[in-house]
Amino acid sequence: MTTTKKHLHRIDLIFKNEQDCKEILRNALARSNQEVINEMVNSGLKGRGGAGFPTGLKWKLTAEQKDKEKYVICNADEGEPGTFKDREILTRVPHKVLSGMAVCAQIIGSKKGYIYLRGEYRFLVPNLKKELRKFHDILDELGLDFRVEIFMGSGAYICGEESALFESMEGKRGEPRNKPPFPTEIGYMNKPTVINNVETLAHSYTILKYGAKKFRELGVKDSRGSKVFSVSGDTPIPGIYELELGMTVQDFVDDFGDGDTKAVQVGGASGFLVPRKRFGKTTIGYQGKLTGISLPTGGSMMIFNSSRSMYNVLNNYLDFFEEESCGQCTPCRVGCQQLLKGIKAVKRGEKPASYLDHLLKLTDTMKLTAKCGLGQSVANSFSSIVENFREEMIY
Amino acid sequence: MDFQEKLVHDLVAKHGTDRESLLPILQGVIDQERYLSEEAILKIAKEMSIPAADVYGTATFYSFLDTDLRGKYVIRVCKTITCAMKGKNQIIQAIENFLKIKVGETTVDKKFTILQTNCLGWCHKAPAMLVNDDVYTELTEESVVDILREYREEN
Repeated sequence: MTTTKKHLHRIDLIFKNEQDCKEILRNALARSNQEVINEMVNSGLKGRGGAGFPTGLKWKLTAEQKDKEKYVICNADEGEPGTFKDREILTRVPHKVLSGMAVCAQIIGSKKGYIYLRGEYRFLVPNLKKELRKFHDILDELGLDFRVEIFMGSGAYICGEESALFESMEGKRGEPRNKPPFPTEIGYMNKPTVINNVETLAHSYTILKYGAKKFRELGVKDSRGSKVFSVSGDTPIPGIYELELGMTVQDFVDDFGDGDTKAVQVGGASGFLVPRKRFGKTTIGYQGKLTGISLPTGGSMMIFNSSRSMYNVLNNYLDFFEEESCGQCTPCRVGCQQLLKGIKAVKRGEKPASYLDHLLKLTDTMKLTAKCGLGQSVANSFSSIVENFREEMIY
Repeated sequence: MDFQEKLVHDLVAKHGTDRESLLPILQGVIDQERYLSEEAILKIAKEMSIPAADVYGTATFYSFLDTDLRGKYVIRVCKTITCAMKGKNQIIQAIENFLKIKVGETTVDKKFTILQTNCLGWCHKAPAMLVNDDVYTELTEESVVDILREYREEN
Protein backbone atom coordinates (compact mmCIF):
# COMPACT_ATOMS: atom_id res chain seq x y z
CA MET A 1 0.00 0.00 0.00
CA THR A 2 2.95 2.34 0.42
CA THR A 3 3.15 2.80 -3.32
CA THR A 4 -0.31 4.41 -3.43
CA LYS A 5 -0.24 8.13 -2.84
CA LYS A 6 -2.80 8.94 -0.18
CA HIS A 7 -4.66 12.24 -0.38
CA LEU A 8 -7.95 11.36 1.17
CA HIS A 9 -8.49 11.21 4.88
CA ARG A 10 -9.62 7.74 5.92
CA ILE A 11 -12.30 7.91 8.59
CA ASP A 12 -12.74 5.26 11.22
CA LEU A 13 -16.14 5.81 12.82
CA ILE A 14 -18.62 3.29 11.47
CA PHE A 15 -16.45 0.20 11.85
CA LYS A 16 -14.81 1.35 15.09
CA ASN A 17 -15.11 -1.39 17.66
CA GLU A 18 -17.55 0.10 20.16
CA GLN A 19 -20.09 -1.74 22.27
CA ASP A 20 -22.09 1.04 23.94
CA CYS A 21 -25.60 0.15 22.82
CA LYS A 22 -26.93 0.21 26.36
CA GLU A 23 -25.33 3.53 27.17
CA ILE A 24 -26.56 5.09 23.96
CA LEU A 25 -30.11 3.93 24.52
CA ARG A 26 -30.00 5.06 28.16
CA ASN A 27 -28.72 8.51 27.22
CA ALA A 28 -31.33 8.86 24.49
CA LEU A 29 -34.08 7.87 26.92
CA ALA A 30 -32.87 10.43 29.45
CA ARG A 31 -33.32 13.21 26.91
CA SER A 32 -36.59 14.51 25.53
CA ASN A 33 -37.65 13.27 22.10
CA GLN A 34 -37.34 16.81 20.84
CA GLU A 35 -33.73 17.00 21.99
CA VAL A 36 -32.80 13.77 20.22
CA ILE A 37 -34.58 14.88 17.04
CA ASN A 38 -32.73 18.20 17.19
CA GLU A 39 -29.43 16.36 17.55
CA MET A 40 -30.24 14.30 14.43
CA VAL A 41 -31.41 17.35 12.47
CA ASN A 42 -28.37 19.40 13.50
CA SER A 43 -25.99 16.65 12.46
CA GLY A 44 -27.00 17.23 8.84
CA LEU A 45 -27.17 13.47 8.26
CA LYS A 46 -28.81 12.63 4.95
CA GLY A 47 -30.01 9.22 3.80
CA ARG A 48 -27.05 7.06 2.80
CA GLY A 49 -28.99 4.81 0.45
CA GLY A 50 -28.43 7.43 -2.22
CA ALA A 51 -31.55 9.61 -2.20
CA GLY A 52 -30.21 11.89 0.52
CA PHE A 53 -33.37 12.79 2.44
CA PRO A 54 -32.53 14.44 5.80
CA THR A 55 -32.76 11.69 8.42
CA GLY A 56 -33.70 13.91 11.38
CA LEU A 57 -36.60 15.37 9.43
CA LYS A 58 -37.82 11.89 8.49
CA TRP A 59 -37.88 10.87 12.16
CA LYS A 60 -39.57 14.16 13.12
CA LEU A 61 -42.32 13.85 10.51
CA THR A 62 -43.10 10.29 11.57
CA ALA A 63 -43.05 11.23 15.26
CA GLU A 64 -45.71 13.88 14.53
CA GLN A 65 -48.18 11.29 13.25
CA LYS A 66 -50.90 10.38 15.73
CA ASP A 67 -51.25 6.67 14.83
CA LYS A 68 -50.67 4.15 17.57
CA GLU A 69 -49.04 1.65 15.26
CA LYS A 70 -45.82 2.71 13.57
CA TYR A 71 -42.84 0.88 12.14
CA VAL A 72 -39.08 1.26 11.86
CA ILE A 73 -37.58 -0.51 8.88
CA CYS A 74 -33.94 -0.95 8.05
CA ASN A 75 -33.53 -1.14 4.29
CA ALA A 76 -30.89 -3.82 3.71
CA ASP A 77 -31.99 -4.60 0.16
CA GLU A 78 -28.63 -3.44 -1.13
CA GLY A 79 -28.82 -4.16 -4.84
CA GLU A 80 -27.34 -1.22 -6.72
CA PRO A 81 -24.55 -2.52 -8.95
CA GLY A 82 -21.23 -1.75 -7.32
CA THR A 83 -22.60 -1.42 -3.79
CA PHE A 84 -21.63 -3.79 -0.99
CA LYS A 85 -21.05 -1.60 2.07
CA ASP A 86 -24.31 -2.46 3.86
CA ARG A 87 -23.31 -6.11 3.90
CA GLU A 88 -20.04 -5.16 5.59
CA ILE A 89 -21.83 -2.95 8.14
CA LEU A 90 -24.31 -5.71 8.99
CA THR A 91 -21.44 -8.18 9.30
CA ARG A 92 -19.16 -6.10 11.48
CA VAL A 93 -21.33 -3.65 13.44
CA PRO A 94 -24.95 -4.82 13.35
CA HIS A 95 -25.46 -3.63 16.94
CA LYS A 96 -24.94 -0.03 15.80
CA VAL A 97 -27.72 -0.40 13.23
CA LEU A 98 -30.01 -1.97 15.84
CA SER A 99 -29.27 0.83 18.32
CA GLY A 100 -30.23 3.41 15.70
CA MET A 101 -33.47 1.54 15.07
CA ALA A 102 -34.32 1.34 18.77
CA VAL A 103 -33.69 5.04 19.40
CA CYS A 104 -35.79 5.91 16.36
CA ALA A 105 -38.55 3.62 17.66
CA GLN A 106 -38.60 5.39 21.03
CA ILE A 107 -38.87 8.78 19.38
CA ILE A 108 -41.59 7.98 16.89
CA GLY A 109 -43.45 5.57 19.20
CA SER A 110 -42.94 2.23 17.48
CA LYS A 111 -42.88 -1.24 18.95
CA LYS A 112 -41.90 -3.17 15.89
CA GLY A 113 -38.93 -3.00 13.56
CA TYR A 114 -37.84 -5.01 10.57
CA ILE A 115 -34.61 -5.54 8.70
CA TYR A 116 -35.50 -6.18 5.05
CA LEU A 117 -32.50 -8.22 3.96
CA ARG A 118 -31.88 -9.03 0.31
CA GLY A 119 -32.08 -12.74 -0.53
CA GLU A 120 -28.50 -12.68 -1.79
CA TYR A 121 -27.33 -11.95 1.77
CA ARG A 122 -29.12 -14.81 3.47
CA PHE A 123 -25.82 -16.20 4.72
CA LEU A 124 -25.81 -13.24 7.17
CA VAL A 125 -28.94 -14.47 8.96
CA PRO A 126 -27.43 -16.80 11.62
CA ASN A 127 -25.10 -14.09 12.89
CA LEU A 128 -27.79 -11.40 12.70
CA LYS A 129 -30.16 -13.58 14.73
CA LYS A 130 -27.48 -14.00 17.37
CA GLU A 131 -27.02 -10.22 17.50
CA LEU A 132 -30.78 -9.73 17.69
CA ARG A 133 -31.05 -12.00 20.73
CA LYS A 134 -28.30 -10.06 22.51
CA PHE A 135 -29.92 -6.78 21.57
CA HIS A 136 -33.39 -7.84 22.69
CA ASP A 137 -31.88 -8.73 26.09
CA ILE A 138 -30.56 -5.18 26.36
CA LEU A 139 -34.00 -3.79 25.46
CA ASP A 140 -35.59 -5.98 28.15
CA GLU A 141 -33.07 -4.80 30.69
CA LEU A 142 -33.95 -1.19 29.90
CA GLY A 143 -37.65 -1.99 29.89
CA LEU A 144 -38.13 -1.00 26.26
CA ASP A 145 -41.05 -2.50 24.36
CA PHE A 146 -39.46 -2.93 20.93
CA ARG A 147 -38.63 -5.97 18.83
CA VAL A 148 -36.80 -6.36 15.53
CA GLU A 149 -37.41 -9.12 13.01
CA ILE A 150 -35.60 -10.08 9.81
CA PHE A 151 -37.70 -10.14 6.62
CA MET A 152 -36.03 -11.83 3.66
CA GLY A 153 -36.20 -10.46 0.14
CA SER A 154 -36.15 -12.83 -2.81
CA GLY A 155 -34.00 -11.29 -5.50
CA ALA A 156 -35.68 -8.13 -6.80
CA TYR A 157 -33.63 -4.93 -7.13
CA ILE A 158 -36.75 -2.76 -7.17
CA CYS A 159 -37.62 -3.79 -3.61
CA GLY A 160 -34.88 -1.42 -2.45
CA GLU A 161 -37.34 1.32 -3.45
CA GLU A 162 -39.12 1.95 -0.16
CA SER A 163 -42.74 1.63 -1.27
CA ALA A 164 -41.94 -1.49 -3.33
CA LEU A 165 -40.30 -2.86 -0.20
CA PHE A 166 -43.53 -2.34 1.78
CA GLU A 167 -45.52 -4.11 -0.94
CA SER A 168 -43.07 -6.99 -0.81
CA MET A 169 -43.34 -7.25 2.98
CA GLU A 170 -47.11 -7.25 2.61
CA GLY A 171 -46.82 -10.39 0.49
CA LYS A 172 -47.30 -8.78 -2.90
CA ARG A 173 -45.34 -8.11 -6.07
CA GLY A 174 -42.73 -5.46 -5.33
CA GLU A 175 -44.36 -2.71 -7.37
CA PRO A 176 -43.69 0.87 -6.21
CA ARG A 177 -46.60 3.01 -5.04
CA ASN A 178 -47.41 6.54 -6.08
CA LYS A 179 -45.90 9.26 -3.92
CA PRO A 180 -47.21 11.17 -2.08
CA PRO A 181 -48.26 9.94 0.39
CA PHE A 182 -44.77 9.31 1.75
CA PRO A 183 -43.90 6.54 4.21
CA THR A 184 -43.72 9.04 7.08
CA GLU A 185 -47.54 9.12 6.80
CA ILE A 186 -48.47 5.90 5.00
CA GLY A 187 -45.86 3.18 4.89
CA TYR A 188 -45.81 -0.49 5.80
CA MET A 189 -49.37 -1.77 6.42
CA ASN A 190 -50.48 1.79 5.65
CA LYS A 191 -48.99 2.98 8.94
CA PRO A 192 -46.43 5.75 9.46
CA THR A 193 -43.02 4.21 8.87
CA VAL A 194 -39.43 5.32 9.16
CA ILE A 195 -37.41 3.48 6.57
CA ASN A 196 -33.68 4.11 6.70
CA ASN A 197 -30.70 2.62 4.92
CA VAL A 198 -28.37 0.38 6.96
CA GLU A 199 -25.56 2.92 6.88
CA THR A 200 -27.84 5.81 7.87
CA LEU A 201 -28.84 3.93 11.02
CA ALA A 202 -25.21 3.12 11.81
CA HIS A 203 -24.34 6.83 11.47
CA SER A 204 -27.11 7.69 13.92
CA TYR A 205 -25.21 5.61 16.50
CA THR A 206 -22.13 7.77 15.90
CA ILE A 207 -24.18 10.96 16.17
CA LEU A 208 -25.85 9.83 19.40
CA LYS A 209 -22.49 8.82 20.84
CA TYR A 210 -20.30 11.76 19.83
CA GLY A 211 -22.86 14.47 19.17
CA ALA A 212 -24.03 16.33 16.07
CA LYS A 213 -21.14 18.78 16.26
CA LYS A 214 -18.46 16.14 15.80
CA PHE A 215 -20.34 14.64 12.85
CA ARG A 216 -20.73 18.05 11.21
CA GLU A 217 -17.00 18.64 11.38
CA LEU A 218 -16.67 16.07 8.60
CA GLY A 219 -17.69 16.80 5.04
CA VAL A 220 -18.71 20.07 3.42
CA LYS A 221 -21.73 22.35 3.33
CA ASP A 222 -24.94 20.37 2.70
CA SER A 223 -22.96 17.12 2.67
CA ARG A 224 -22.01 16.53 6.26
CA GLY A 225 -20.27 13.57 7.78
CA SER A 226 -18.52 10.56 6.40
CA LYS A 227 -19.75 8.00 3.92
CA VAL A 228 -18.89 4.40 3.33
CA PHE A 229 -17.79 3.85 -0.27
CA SER A 230 -17.80 0.58 -2.16
CA VAL A 231 -14.84 0.74 -4.53
CA SER A 232 -14.58 -1.72 -7.41
CA GLY A 233 -13.55 -2.11 -11.03
CA ASP A 234 -10.10 -1.22 -12.34
CA THR A 235 -8.42 -0.41 -9.06
CA PRO A 236 -5.49 -2.08 -7.31
CA ILE A 237 -7.28 -1.68 -3.97
CA PRO A 238 -10.97 -2.62 -4.31
CA GLY A 239 -12.92 -2.70 -1.06
CA ILE A 240 -14.87 -0.67 1.48
CA TYR A 241 -13.63 2.73 2.61
CA GLU A 242 -15.09 5.35 4.92
CA LEU A 243 -14.28 8.80 3.53
CA GLU A 244 -15.42 12.38 4.01
CA LEU A 245 -18.09 13.72 1.70
CA GLY A 246 -17.11 16.56 -0.59
CA MET A 247 -14.05 15.04 -2.28
CA THR A 248 -13.51 15.57 -5.99
CA VAL A 249 -13.53 12.59 -8.33
CA GLN A 250 -9.91 13.53 -9.18
CA ASP A 251 -8.86 13.10 -5.53
CA PHE A 252 -10.67 9.79 -5.48
CA VAL A 253 -9.00 8.60 -8.70
CA ASP A 254 -5.56 9.68 -7.44
CA ASP A 255 -6.05 7.37 -4.47
CA PHE A 256 -7.89 4.47 -6.02
CA GLY A 257 -7.24 4.48 -9.78
CA ASP A 258 -4.73 2.25 -11.53
CA GLY A 259 -3.03 5.17 -13.29
CA ASP A 260 -5.09 4.67 -16.44
CA THR A 261 -8.58 5.67 -15.31
CA LYS A 262 -10.90 6.61 -18.14
CA ALA A 263 -14.13 7.15 -16.24
CA VAL A 264 -15.79 6.61 -12.86
CA GLN A 265 -19.38 5.53 -12.37
CA VAL A 266 -20.68 7.33 -9.29
CA GLY A 267 -23.77 5.87 -7.63
CA GLY A 268 -24.05 2.60 -9.53
CA ALA A 269 -25.96 1.88 -12.70
CA SER A 270 -28.61 4.43 -11.67
CA GLY A 271 -25.94 7.08 -11.10
CA PHE A 272 -23.68 9.10 -13.39
CA LEU A 273 -20.60 8.28 -15.41
CA VAL A 274 -17.89 10.88 -14.92
CA PRO A 275 -15.37 11.06 -17.80
CA ARG A 276 -11.72 11.96 -17.17
CA LYS A 277 -12.11 15.59 -18.33
CA ARG A 278 -14.62 16.21 -15.52
CA PHE A 279 -12.72 14.53 -12.66
CA GLY A 280 -11.50 17.82 -11.24
CA LYS A 281 -14.84 19.61 -11.50
CA THR A 282 -17.07 16.93 -10.00
CA THR A 283 -17.48 16.44 -6.28
CA ILE A 284 -19.19 13.70 -4.31
CA GLY A 285 -22.00 14.89 -2.09
CA TYR A 286 -25.59 16.05 -2.07
CA GLN A 287 -25.32 19.70 -2.97
CA GLY A 288 -26.53 20.58 -6.45
CA LYS A 289 -28.21 17.22 -6.68
CA LEU A 290 -28.54 15.81 -10.19
CA THR A 291 -26.82 18.73 -11.86
CA GLY A 292 -23.78 16.66 -12.59
CA ILE A 293 -21.56 19.04 -10.64
CA SER A 294 -21.92 17.42 -7.26
CA LEU A 295 -23.11 13.86 -7.39
CA PRO A 296 -25.02 12.03 -4.68
CA THR A 297 -24.24 8.37 -4.22
CA GLY A 298 -25.23 5.37 -2.20
CA GLY A 299 -21.50 4.74 -2.15
CA SER A 300 -20.92 2.82 -5.35
CA MET A 301 -17.72 3.92 -7.09
CA MET A 302 -16.84 1.83 -10.13
CA ILE A 303 -13.60 2.61 -11.89
CA PHE A 304 -13.04 1.94 -15.59
CA ASN A 305 -9.63 2.12 -17.26
CA SER A 306 -8.85 2.77 -20.91
CA SER A 307 -9.16 -0.93 -21.83
CA ARG A 308 -12.93 -0.81 -21.19
CA SER A 309 -15.55 -0.25 -23.86
CA MET A 310 -18.20 2.17 -22.65
CA TYR A 311 -20.62 0.54 -25.06
CA ASN A 312 -20.22 -2.73 -23.15
CA VAL A 313 -20.68 -0.90 -19.87
CA LEU A 314 -23.93 0.74 -21.01
CA ASN A 315 -25.15 -2.51 -22.56
CA ASN A 316 -24.59 -4.25 -19.21
CA TYR A 317 -26.49 -1.53 -17.29
CA LEU A 318 -29.44 -1.58 -19.70
CA ASP A 319 -29.60 -5.35 -19.56
CA PHE A 320 -29.78 -4.95 -15.76
CA PHE A 321 -32.54 -2.32 -15.87
CA GLU A 322 -34.56 -4.18 -18.45
CA GLU A 323 -34.62 -7.24 -16.19
CA GLU A 324 -35.16 -5.37 -12.94
CA SER A 325 -37.87 -2.98 -14.15
CA CYS A 326 -41.00 -4.09 -12.29
CA GLY A 327 -43.03 -3.71 -15.49
CA GLN A 328 -45.80 -1.75 -13.86
CA CYS A 329 -45.49 1.54 -15.75
CA THR A 330 -45.02 1.75 -19.50
CA PRO A 331 -42.25 4.40 -19.69
CA CYS A 332 -39.91 2.18 -17.69
CA ARG A 333 -40.99 -1.24 -18.96
CA VAL A 334 -40.93 -0.35 -22.65
CA GLY A 335 -38.33 2.38 -22.31
CA CYS A 336 -35.66 0.05 -20.92
CA GLN A 337 -36.36 -2.50 -23.66
CA GLN A 338 -36.17 0.11 -26.42
CA LEU A 339 -32.97 1.66 -25.09
CA LEU A 340 -31.28 -1.73 -25.04
CA LYS A 341 -32.54 -2.64 -28.51
CA GLY A 342 -31.65 0.83 -29.76
CA ILE A 343 -27.98 0.91 -28.77
CA LYS A 344 -27.52 -2.59 -30.21
CA ALA A 345 -29.09 -1.50 -33.50
CA VAL A 346 -26.83 1.56 -33.72
CA LYS A 347 -23.77 -0.55 -32.94
CA ARG A 348 -24.67 -3.04 -35.67
CA GLY A 349 -25.25 -0.23 -38.15
CA GLU A 350 -28.96 -1.02 -38.52
CA LYS A 351 -29.83 2.46 -37.25
CA PRO A 352 -28.01 5.72 -38.03
CA ALA A 353 -25.92 7.41 -35.33
CA SER A 354 -28.62 10.09 -35.05
CA TYR A 355 -30.89 7.43 -33.55
CA LEU A 356 -28.92 7.95 -30.34
CA ASP A 357 -30.55 11.40 -30.11
CA HIS A 358 -33.99 9.80 -30.26
CA LEU A 359 -32.95 7.48 -27.47
CA LEU A 360 -31.76 10.46 -25.41
CA LYS A 361 -35.19 12.02 -25.86
CA LEU A 362 -36.73 8.77 -24.71
CA THR A 363 -34.69 8.91 -21.50
CA ASP A 364 -35.95 12.47 -20.94
CA THR A 365 -39.50 11.15 -21.22
CA MET A 366 -38.72 8.34 -18.80
CA LYS A 367 -37.28 10.82 -16.33
CA LEU A 368 -40.52 12.80 -16.42
CA THR A 369 -43.07 10.02 -16.56
CA ALA A 370 -41.75 6.86 -14.89
CA LYS A 371 -43.48 6.08 -11.64
CA CYS A 372 -40.42 5.53 -9.46
CA GLY A 373 -36.71 6.18 -9.15
CA LEU A 374 -35.73 3.17 -11.26
CA GLY A 375 -37.27 4.36 -14.50
CA GLN A 376 -36.44 7.99 -13.77
CA SER A 377 -32.77 7.34 -13.17
CA VAL A 378 -31.98 5.23 -16.25
CA ALA A 379 -31.45 8.60 -17.95
CA ASN A 380 -28.51 9.37 -15.64
CA SER A 381 -26.14 6.70 -16.82
CA PHE A 382 -27.53 6.62 -20.34
CA SER A 383 -27.05 10.30 -21.08
CA SER A 384 -23.73 10.62 -19.27
CA ILE A 385 -22.30 7.68 -21.23
CA VAL A 386 -23.82 8.46 -24.64
CA GLU A 387 -22.96 12.16 -24.47
CA ASN A 388 -19.36 11.60 -23.37
CA PHE A 389 -18.54 8.46 -25.34
CA ARG A 390 -20.74 8.79 -28.40
CA GLU A 391 -18.05 7.50 -30.71
CA GLU A 392 -17.79 4.25 -28.76
CA MET A 393 -21.54 3.74 -29.13
CA ILE A 394 -21.32 3.90 -32.92
CA TYR A 395 -18.02 2.31 -34.03
CA MET B 1 -50.66 -36.26 3.73
CA ASP B 2 -47.72 -36.28 1.32
CA PHE B 3 -44.44 -34.47 1.96
CA GLN B 4 -45.47 -31.32 0.09
CA GLU B 5 -48.86 -31.11 1.80
CA LYS B 6 -47.22 -31.40 5.18
CA LEU B 7 -44.56 -28.85 4.23
CA VAL B 8 -47.15 -26.26 3.16
CA HIS B 9 -49.39 -27.05 6.11
CA ASP B 10 -46.51 -26.62 8.59
CA LEU B 11 -45.32 -23.39 6.95
CA VAL B 12 -48.81 -21.89 7.07
CA ALA B 13 -49.19 -23.03 10.68
CA LYS B 14 -45.88 -21.33 11.52
CA HIS B 15 -46.35 -18.05 9.62
CA GLY B 16 -50.13 -17.65 9.59
CA THR B 17 -52.63 -17.03 6.81
CA ASP B 18 -52.24 -13.24 6.59
CA ARG B 19 -51.08 -12.02 3.20
CA GLU B 20 -47.85 -10.71 4.83
CA SER B 21 -46.87 -14.33 5.41
CA LEU B 22 -46.87 -15.21 1.73
CA LEU B 23 -43.21 -14.48 1.00
CA PRO B 24 -41.86 -16.39 4.03
CA ILE B 25 -44.09 -19.34 3.06
CA LEU B 26 -42.96 -19.31 -0.58
CA GLN B 27 -39.35 -19.06 0.62
CA GLY B 28 -39.94 -22.01 2.92
CA VAL B 29 -41.11 -24.19 0.03
CA ILE B 30 -38.13 -23.09 -2.08
CA ASP B 31 -35.81 -24.09 0.78
CA GLN B 32 -37.06 -27.66 0.59
CA GLU B 33 -37.98 -28.13 -3.04
CA ARG B 34 -35.82 -25.49 -4.81
CA TYR B 35 -38.75 -24.35 -6.95
CA LEU B 36 -42.51 -23.72 -6.73
CA SER B 37 -44.39 -26.39 -8.63
CA GLU B 38 -47.95 -25.82 -9.78
CA GLU B 39 -49.11 -28.28 -7.11
CA ALA B 40 -47.25 -26.40 -4.39
CA ILE B 41 -48.77 -23.09 -5.52
CA LEU B 42 -52.27 -24.57 -5.47
CA LYS B 43 -51.71 -26.00 -1.99
CA ILE B 44 -50.46 -22.66 -0.66
CA ALA B 45 -53.45 -20.85 -2.20
CA LYS B 46 -55.85 -23.31 -0.60
CA GLU B 47 -54.24 -23.24 2.84
CA MET B 48 -54.07 -19.43 2.85
CA SER B 49 -57.48 -18.95 1.20
CA ILE B 50 -56.15 -16.61 -1.48
CA PRO B 51 -56.49 -17.00 -5.25
CA ALA B 52 -53.84 -19.22 -6.84
CA ALA B 53 -53.32 -16.48 -9.44
CA ASP B 54 -52.23 -14.13 -6.65
CA VAL B 55 -49.74 -16.67 -5.32
CA TYR B 56 -48.40 -17.30 -8.82
CA GLY B 57 -48.37 -13.58 -9.65
CA THR B 58 -46.38 -12.80 -6.53
CA ALA B 59 -43.96 -15.69 -6.93
CA THR B 60 -43.10 -14.86 -10.54
CA PHE B 61 -42.12 -11.33 -9.58
CA TYR B 62 -39.09 -12.54 -7.61
CA SER B 63 -36.06 -14.06 -9.29
CA PHE B 64 -35.32 -16.32 -6.30
CA LEU B 65 -38.85 -17.76 -6.28
CA ASP B 66 -38.43 -20.03 -9.28
CA THR B 67 -41.49 -21.64 -10.83
CA ASP B 68 -39.46 -23.91 -13.13
CA LEU B 69 -37.85 -27.12 -11.99
CA ARG B 70 -34.49 -26.51 -10.32
CA GLY B 71 -31.69 -28.78 -9.20
CA LYS B 72 -30.70 -29.43 -5.59
CA TYR B 73 -27.95 -26.86 -6.03
CA VAL B 74 -28.84 -23.67 -7.85
CA ILE B 75 -25.72 -21.95 -9.15
CA ARG B 76 -26.20 -18.22 -9.72
CA VAL B 77 -23.28 -16.51 -11.43
CA CYS B 78 -23.24 -12.72 -11.18
CA LYS B 79 -23.36 -11.07 -14.60
CA THR B 80 -23.38 -7.42 -13.58
CA ILE B 81 -20.69 -5.01 -14.70
CA THR B 82 -17.72 -5.70 -12.41
CA CYS B 83 -18.11 -9.47 -12.59
CA ALA B 84 -18.54 -9.14 -16.36
CA MET B 85 -15.30 -7.14 -16.53
CA LYS B 86 -13.45 -9.66 -14.37
CA GLY B 87 -14.25 -12.68 -16.52
CA LYS B 88 -17.66 -14.10 -15.63
CA ASN B 89 -18.01 -15.46 -19.19
CA GLN B 90 -14.99 -17.73 -18.67
CA ILE B 91 -16.44 -18.85 -15.33
CA ILE B 92 -19.77 -19.73 -16.98
CA GLN B 93 -17.92 -21.57 -19.73
CA ALA B 94 -15.97 -23.59 -17.16
CA ILE B 95 -19.18 -24.49 -15.29
CA GLU B 96 -20.98 -25.45 -18.51
CA ASN B 97 -18.08 -27.66 -19.57
CA PHE B 98 -17.89 -29.32 -16.17
CA LEU B 99 -21.63 -30.00 -15.76
CA LYS B 100 -22.27 -30.51 -19.49
CA ILE B 101 -25.35 -28.27 -19.45
CA LYS B 102 -26.00 -24.68 -20.54
CA VAL B 103 -27.13 -21.65 -18.53
CA GLY B 104 -30.81 -22.10 -17.64
CA GLU B 105 -30.59 -25.89 -17.70
CA THR B 106 -30.66 -28.53 -14.98
CA THR B 107 -28.53 -31.69 -14.92
CA VAL B 108 -30.33 -34.99 -15.61
CA ASP B 109 -29.72 -36.15 -12.01
CA LYS B 110 -31.44 -32.91 -10.87
CA LYS B 111 -28.43 -31.98 -8.82
CA PHE B 112 -27.40 -28.68 -10.45
CA THR B 113 -29.03 -25.76 -12.24
CA ILE B 114 -26.94 -22.97 -13.78
CA LEU B 115 -28.38 -19.45 -13.80
CA GLN B 116 -27.06 -15.94 -14.22
CA THR B 117 -28.12 -13.27 -11.78
CA ASN B 118 -27.81 -9.54 -11.20
CA CYS B 119 -25.34 -7.88 -8.84
CA LEU B 120 -24.61 -10.09 -5.82
CA GLY B 121 -22.78 -7.34 -3.92
CA TRP B 122 -19.27 -8.80 -4.17
CA CYS B 123 -17.89 -6.43 -6.85
CA HIS B 124 -14.62 -5.97 -4.94
CA LYS B 125 -14.07 -9.73 -5.11
CA ALA B 126 -15.35 -10.40 -8.61
CA PRO B 127 -16.23 -12.73 -10.21
CA ALA B 128 -18.73 -14.12 -7.72
CA MET B 129 -21.46 -16.75 -7.56
CA LEU B 130 -24.00 -18.23 -5.18
CA VAL B 131 -24.60 -21.93 -4.75
CA ASN B 132 -27.97 -21.85 -2.99
CA ASP B 133 -27.17 -19.45 -0.10
CA ASP B 134 -23.41 -19.89 -0.08
CA VAL B 135 -21.16 -17.26 -1.62
CA TYR B 136 -18.00 -17.94 -3.62
CA THR B 137 -15.81 -15.05 -4.73
CA GLU B 138 -12.66 -14.30 -6.73
CA LEU B 139 -13.45 -17.31 -8.88
CA THR B 140 -11.08 -18.74 -11.44
CA GLU B 141 -11.83 -21.37 -14.08
CA GLU B 142 -9.99 -23.87 -11.86
CA SER B 143 -11.46 -22.88 -8.48
CA VAL B 144 -15.04 -22.98 -9.70
CA VAL B 145 -14.60 -26.57 -10.92
CA ASP B 146 -13.02 -27.58 -7.59
CA ILE B 147 -15.98 -26.07 -5.74
CA LEU B 148 -18.57 -27.82 -7.88
CA ARG B 149 -16.69 -31.13 -7.73
CA GLU B 150 -17.09 -31.06 -3.95
CA TYR B 151 -20.83 -30.51 -4.28
CA ARG B 152 -21.07 -33.30 -6.83
CA GLU B 153 -19.16 -35.77 -4.71
CA GLU B 154 -20.95 -35.09 -1.40
CA ASN B 155 -23.27 -37.74 0.12
